[in-house]
Amino acid sequence: MSTAATAVRWSVPAGPTSGPFVAHSIVELIGNTPLVEIRAVRDGVPSGVRILAKLEGFNPGGSVKDRPARKMIEVGLAQGKLVPGKTIIDSTSGNTGIALAMIGAALGHPVELVMPGNVSAERKRIVAAFGAKVIFSDPLEGSDGAIRLCRKIIAESPDRYFKPDQYNNEANPLAHFETTGPEIWEQTEGRVTHFVASIGTSGTVMGTGRYLKQRNPAIQVIAAEPEDAFHGLEGLKHMASSIVPGIYHEEELDAKLGIATDEAYDMVLRLAREEGLLVGQSCGATHVAALHVARTLTAPATIVEIFPDFGDRYLSTTLFQSWMDTA
Amino acid sequence: MVQVRVPTPLRKFTGGAEAVQAEGTSVASVVSNLDKQFPGIKDRICDEQGQVRRFVNIFVNGEDIRFLQQLATPVKAGDELSIVPAIAGGR
Repeated sequence: MSTAATAVRWSVPAGPTSGPFVAHSIVELIGNTPLVEIRAVRDGVPSGVRILAKLEGFNPGGSVKDRPARKMIEVGLAQGKLVPGKTIIDSTSGNTGIALAMIGAALGHPVELVMPGNVSAERKRIVAAFGAKVIFSDPLEGSDGAIRLCRKIIAESPDRYFKPDQYNNEANPLAHFETTGPEIWEQTEGRVTHFVASIGTSGTVMGTGRYLKQRNPAIQVIAAEPEDAFHGLEGLKHMASSIVPGIYHEEELDAKLGIATDEAYDMVLRLAREEGLLVGQSCGATHVAALHVARTLTAPATIVEIFPDFGDRYLSTTLFQSWMDTA
Repeated sequence: MVQVRVPTPLRKFTGGAEAVQAEGTSVASVVSNLDKQFPGIKDRICDEQGQVRRFVNIFVNGEDIRFLQQLATPVKAGDELSIVPAIAGGR
């Protein structure tokens, strides 16, 4: 096995694009994503209410999932649970798989990913390009089917694998507590009043929300989820009908909004055409939720919302196929 | 009768059954027959205009009906119809 697995450590640079800087590894370039003001798709939101989207698609693996993937691997290495020769395995519908595949390749660890057979073609090809092995679970069983199949594979040879287990690993929200939260606080100079994020594992909303509330307990933390168990919002979970992640603590949320798939899809189209932001479905759901919150506000406010990825990895899905019909 | 494979989130309509039998000579009539047996299920599959929702894929013997004749795609006894959310959900 590669010795890189134990030799590589990384630090998070304060500003990789300012001044002399050469990253030692792609994993050092995770985080420090930009905020952009949403100027056009505001739908009657009072002018004193700013809406800022944090563009997680700027992470090297193309999504917010680079953050927890790096932290879970870092903690696994530090605790000796991930050692040379072990394979990283997890169940994922896509972005976490891409992040693990990328980081595994950079550190010299093989990666195996269990995903439902109906994840988008782009995702399957990206993880394969990083050299990860993909195991497909029954599309009819959704992400919970992938979770169960992954458990079964590990049970058959438990010593072979390191499972980050993003649904139950506290390193997942910790990644956001240590990076996403502080970035938002600094980027808004402490002016953030509301934080809106969609829920998949809930790591983003839990960890970021926890940090922001520690800095200012008045900050409202709002989660967006699919309104129904049967939905088309890749990466998101309808909590009431899902295996509830161990890291999810609903009592820490100030509100949770259910979003219809069609509404989210329409919002994705508008963000592309009115803001020049080509983003994934979960961003559409998040912005629908952010607007809902924004319209209820009467005092000046700064809403920060997480846009987990860009839209280019969904081009083969029905979301984008339906646009072709309207073009 | 056509065998219909039901995805996990819709099994609350079918009493937990992952596969059910339905009658019909087209995908549309099978979906209508499903709704008679399991009221409410059609609303999840089709929108207000009666079209298959954008995030839902229906396969007849493994073939996506978008590339066949959509809801008019003919079916016959012994065929297998699968209802699958277009994307997986949950991470």
